[in-house]
Formats: sequence, structure tokens, C-alpha cells
Amino acid sequence: MTAWLRERMVLLLGLGVLAYTFVPIAVVVLMSFNEPAARNVYSFDGFTLHNWANICEDAAMCEALGLSLRIGFLATLVATVLGTLAGFALVRHDFAGRSSANLLIFLPMAAPEIVLGSSLLTLFVAAGASGLLGFWTILIAHIMFCLSFVVVTVRSRLAGLDDTLEQAAADLYATPAQTFWRVTFPLVLPGILGAALLSFSLSFDDFIITNLNSGNETTFPMYVWGAYRVGVPMQVNVIGTIMLLFSLAVVVTGELVSRRRRRALV
Amino acid sequence: MPPSADTAATGAPAPAAPDAGPGGSDGGLRLSSLTKRYANGFTAVHDLDLDVPRGSFIALLGPSGCGKTTTLRMVAGLEVPTSGRITLAGQDITDRRAHQRPVNTVFQNYALFPHLDIYENVAFGLRRRKVRDVESKVRAMLELVELDSQARKRPAQLSGGQQQRVALARALINEPEVLLLDEPLGALDLKLRRSMQIEIKRIQVEVGLTFMHVTHDQEEAMTMADTVAVMNGGVIEQLGAPAELYENPRSTFVANFLGQSNLIEGRVLSRSADVTTLDMHGITVSVPTARTHTDGDRGWIGIRPEKVLIGEEGADLDAPGNTVPGGVVSDVSFVGVSTQYLVRMPWGQELQVFSQNTGRTRMFTVGEKVELSWRPEYAFCLDINQDAAAGVDDGETR
Repeated sequence: MTAWLRERMVLLLGLGVLAYTFVPIAVVVLMSFNEPAARNVYSFDGFTLHNWANICEDAAMCEALGLSLRIGFLATLVATVLGTLAGFALVRHDFAGRSSANLLIFLPMAAPEIVLGSSLLTLFVAAGASGLLGFWTILIAHIMFCLSFVVVTVRSRLAGLDDTLEQAAADLYATPAQTFWRVTFPLVLPGILGAALLSFSLSFDDFIITNLNSGNETTFPMYVWGAYRVGVPMQVNVIGTIMLLFSLAVVVTGELVSRRRRRALV
Repeated sequence: MPPSADTAATGAPAPAAPDAGPGGSDGGLRLSSLTKRYANGFTAVHDLDLDVPRGSFIALLGPSGCGKTTTLRMVAGLEVPTSGRITLAGQDITDRRAHQRPVNTVFQNYALFPHLDIYENVAFGLRRRKVRDVESKVRAMLELVELDSQARKRPAQLSGGQQQRVALARALINEPEVLLLDEPLGALDLKLRRSMQIEIKRIQVEVGLTFMHVTHDQEEAMTMADTVAVMNGGVIEQLGAPAELYENPRSTFVANFLGQSNLIEGRVLSRSADVTTLDMHGITVSVPTARTHTDGDRGWIGIRPEKVLIGEEGADLDAPGNTVPGGVVSDVSFVGVSTQYLVRMPWGQELQVFSQNTGRTRMFTVGEKVELSWRPEYAFCLDINQDAAAGVDDGETR
């Protein structure tokens, strides 16, 4: 018995860790098919497809979801473009204050969110924009905290890029613009895409900073937080499951592409 | 191979060069008073003049920091010269940017594009210049370097030697006026390096392009190039065919960097048109005047170790030679094809002697008294003011 256990210890521990990680996710998927007996019940009372068929039964939830998606896409777009440009500047151009800029870019990541959120609120109010709190202030806040992550990701990708590749492109008759679009950009692109995905999930997820700067608007995390006090609709689990499937699809596609590429080579 | 129309069309309008000198007019590469001084004051290349005829294979040989790579990068357009001009195929290209020059480079680390397959790597230059028949040209080039079966692989899937050939193919396919090779064999193991040396030389002869090769490996330079320029401290110490450089070095640096040399101090006794006689620590020796590269009354008498014969005391080694008695063997290393001796001379200096193992002479042992001899025509004489140890370590560290 002990010998049997000793041989399988690593496997069992591994399975334990996997269970620890995946049980909460499994609960979300399971609950998306739940038919609760009462609004305030946290138990699985019966199987139904009703939640999936009527995702927007609670219009407020879908409204909050729509807001989060809009903000997520816009914040990702702006932060990725600005952050990529900043990343290039920090690696490729020597300017006064470059080293301090490199250091300061970490500050928004290191600072506690509650500090960032409250100081941003103070700033908006002090600037006389307290009446304007809402979509635009949320967007500004999200771009702000996503930016650092994009800069850091793009910068490290670019710093790892061998600059003789660009010299080789120039040597092979590529103009500076062609060198950028045919060599530099494709090689940095995985870093940019990674940064964009990270930005979106940071933005979609954010509660603390958003809560402080949202005025009368409600994002999806804020809606869920509010709903838990009165009984959360089961459709929240449907949204959670869809998000999960989406992330899985991204990962699996990435893996398939690289595997097919590898197989084509052999 | 004549310059095709698409080779000339490198994107930018080619400025006419009315001031092309005699070196430029034959279509070769000409560097005039080329200097590169960095912002920190370091002069990498100093007032360098060099003519490379079209279709020739030149090697820039020297220790690291001698300016050979900087010179190559200035030709490629990757470094901007501080002063001086670069003329190629009759045109002044000094102010043209890298992508506007009919020059291609094989980089030291190959610099293959990792996101493109082998085919697209090789096609890169053709596509940028919008050349037609990319398909057939790339196929032919991949065949030349024997990589036609690997066309759809990525660089990371290939071995070092294969990557090296891709880098060569990617540059060659553009039929540049000059192909630059920046220590392209440094990362390969010895055996592969030797076969690639022969391979590159074969391709150069086949395509007939001008090659400029930068290396710190004297054997590589001598094996591959028609002409070797030995560089040291930002200047060319000596330029010539490999055999000429080896047999008749003009400076102690060249004498030591290319192979090994015994350099013995001597005082000039007389000078005629043919022969210069010197007093070498009490022994009279002669050196051809054509190989005496000093005007002073003293000089370094140089002789290569394999040109020195070794024999027992009083032996009749080689009648017309300079005979140097009184040596004592202080070290013997048997290396198979030859035996290498160190012989301590009466004036305290140890001379190197390489003796071929022909079987005609016996081996000597440490402590034996021996006599040395060499034919005067193999000796050379250098400026006494030069450092006798210049280039010694540089030549040995690979």
C-alpha cells in the first residue's frame, strides 16, 4: 500500500492541485445550467437550459456586460497602440530621461489599485469633472492602468530582438519602412497581441478603480458585486462560462497553429 | 557575371560619379582615405586606402579591434565613415544608405529572419527590388547551396552549417557588386569550417563576384583569398597574395601574425643591390636586399621555423646557407608530421625549428649541441624599431 502510494505520490499531488484550480471553474459551468428554487439560493436545484436561452433576462446585467465589453475593447485598442509606441521609443531611441521613464513605467503596476483609484477620483473632482464621471472617466482610468503592462511587454519583446536582423533587411534593399513592416513588426507582433489580451482581461476584470470613477455607470464586475447582495441571476454563470470558452478557444487555436507549423516543417 | 539591370536598380537613383578614380572605373571597389573615428575618440580605421579589382577575393585579416569589421560595415553602409570615400563600380556610394547599395553581407551570426522560411529568406532581396522570376532564381540558388529540400523550413530547424549556407544564398542571389563576409565561419566547428572554406571559394570562382572576407583566422584568409590585407590598429600593415605575405613580411606584426617567425637582432655590415650582409651576434649572415625592409644600420633578421635546418655540430647541412653554430636543444615536441625544437643560442635567445619527419635525419634530444642553417633567400630583415613580439599572441589566440 505504501509502495503503491509512493510511486503515485507526484501524480496524486498533481491531480489535487488541478482539482484545486479547476473546481471553482467547474462550479461556474455547472451553475450556468442551474434552475434555482428561490432567487437567493446557492445550491444546484435542477438542470435547465433556460439560463442559456435567456441570457439577457435581466436587462441590467446585459447592459453592464455591454459597457464592460465596449470599455474593454476601446481601452485595449488605445493602450496597445500608445504602449507599443512608447515601448519602441524606450528601446530604440536615446533621449534625456529615458532611464527614469523606464523606471516610472512600473509605478502604476506597483501602486495599490485602491490608491490609484482614489487619487484618480480626486483628480477628476479637483478638475471640476465630478459631474462627468461615467463612461469616459472609466475609459481613461482603464487605459491608464493597461498602458504600463503593454509598455513592459512590448519593451521586453523588442529588447530581445537581435538588431542585426534589421541591418540584414536594410542590407537586402529594404527601405526603413519595409524593414519595420516586414521584419521588426512581425517579430514584435506576438508581444503586442499578448499585451492586448492582457489589457482586455485587466480592463474587463477591474472593480476597484472602476467603482471609484464610474459615476452612475455600472460595469459587469460592479453589477455582479451588487447582485450578490440580493441574489445573483444564474446568467452570470453563463457569461462566466462563455468567457471561459473564449479563452480556451484562444489558447487551443494558438497551440494548433504552432503545432501545424511545426509538423509542416518536419 | 555582368551586372544585370536589376542589380543596378536598387531603389534609389544612382548618382553619376564623374570623379570615379582609376580603381573605380574597372568596376571594382575602391576605398580612399577612409577613416572612422567614434564619438569616444577611438579611431577604428585610419586613413585606409584599398583597391579591390572586380571579381577578386580579398580577405581583411587581423586581431579583434584592428578595424577590419568596421571597414566592412562602412562598405555595407551600416557605419558612416568620418571621412574618406567609397567608390564601387565607378560610382561614389559613400553617402548612400545600406538599402541603396549594390552590396550584400553574410553576417557573423547569419541574421536569418526567424519568422520567414528558407525560401522567403532567400527571396527577400529579390522581392524588395521587385525582380521578376523570383521562383526560378530562388530554386536555382537553393540548389547551388544544396538546400532545395529545406525550402519550407524555418531557420531554427536547420543546423549551423545549413544556416550558414542560407545566409550565403540570401546574399548571393542578388548578384551584388561586392559580397561581404563578416567572419561567417566563426560559429562552425573546425571540420565544417574547412569544408565551408572550400565551398565558398568554389562558389566565388563559379559566380565570379567580388568577395570581401573579414576574419581573424590566418589559415582561413590564406586558404580562401587571392589577396590578403593584414590589418592592425586601423591601418593595413601589408597587402598581397598569401604566399607573398608569408614569405616576405614587411613588418614584425605580419611576420608573427601570419605563422611564426624567429626574429634575431643584427647589425648591417654591407649593402649591395642583391645582398645585404649582417652581423648576427658575431656570425655573418646574408639576406636578399629585396627582402630587407629597413634603412637602418641594425635590423631584425627573420627566418621561418620550417626554413631552419638542424644538425649535429660540424655537420654539413646546406652548403650555400647561413650557418649558425653553438645551439643547445632546450625543448623537443614531436607532433607527428614534424618535430618542433627550441634551440638556445649562445646569445641567450631561443629559436624555433620545425623539422619535417622525412626519416632522413634523426631526432635530437634536450641538451644536445646542434648547428643550425638556412638558405639566405628565405631570410628577411625588418625594422629594428618594431616590437619583435608584435602580433605574437594575436596570431595564436583563435
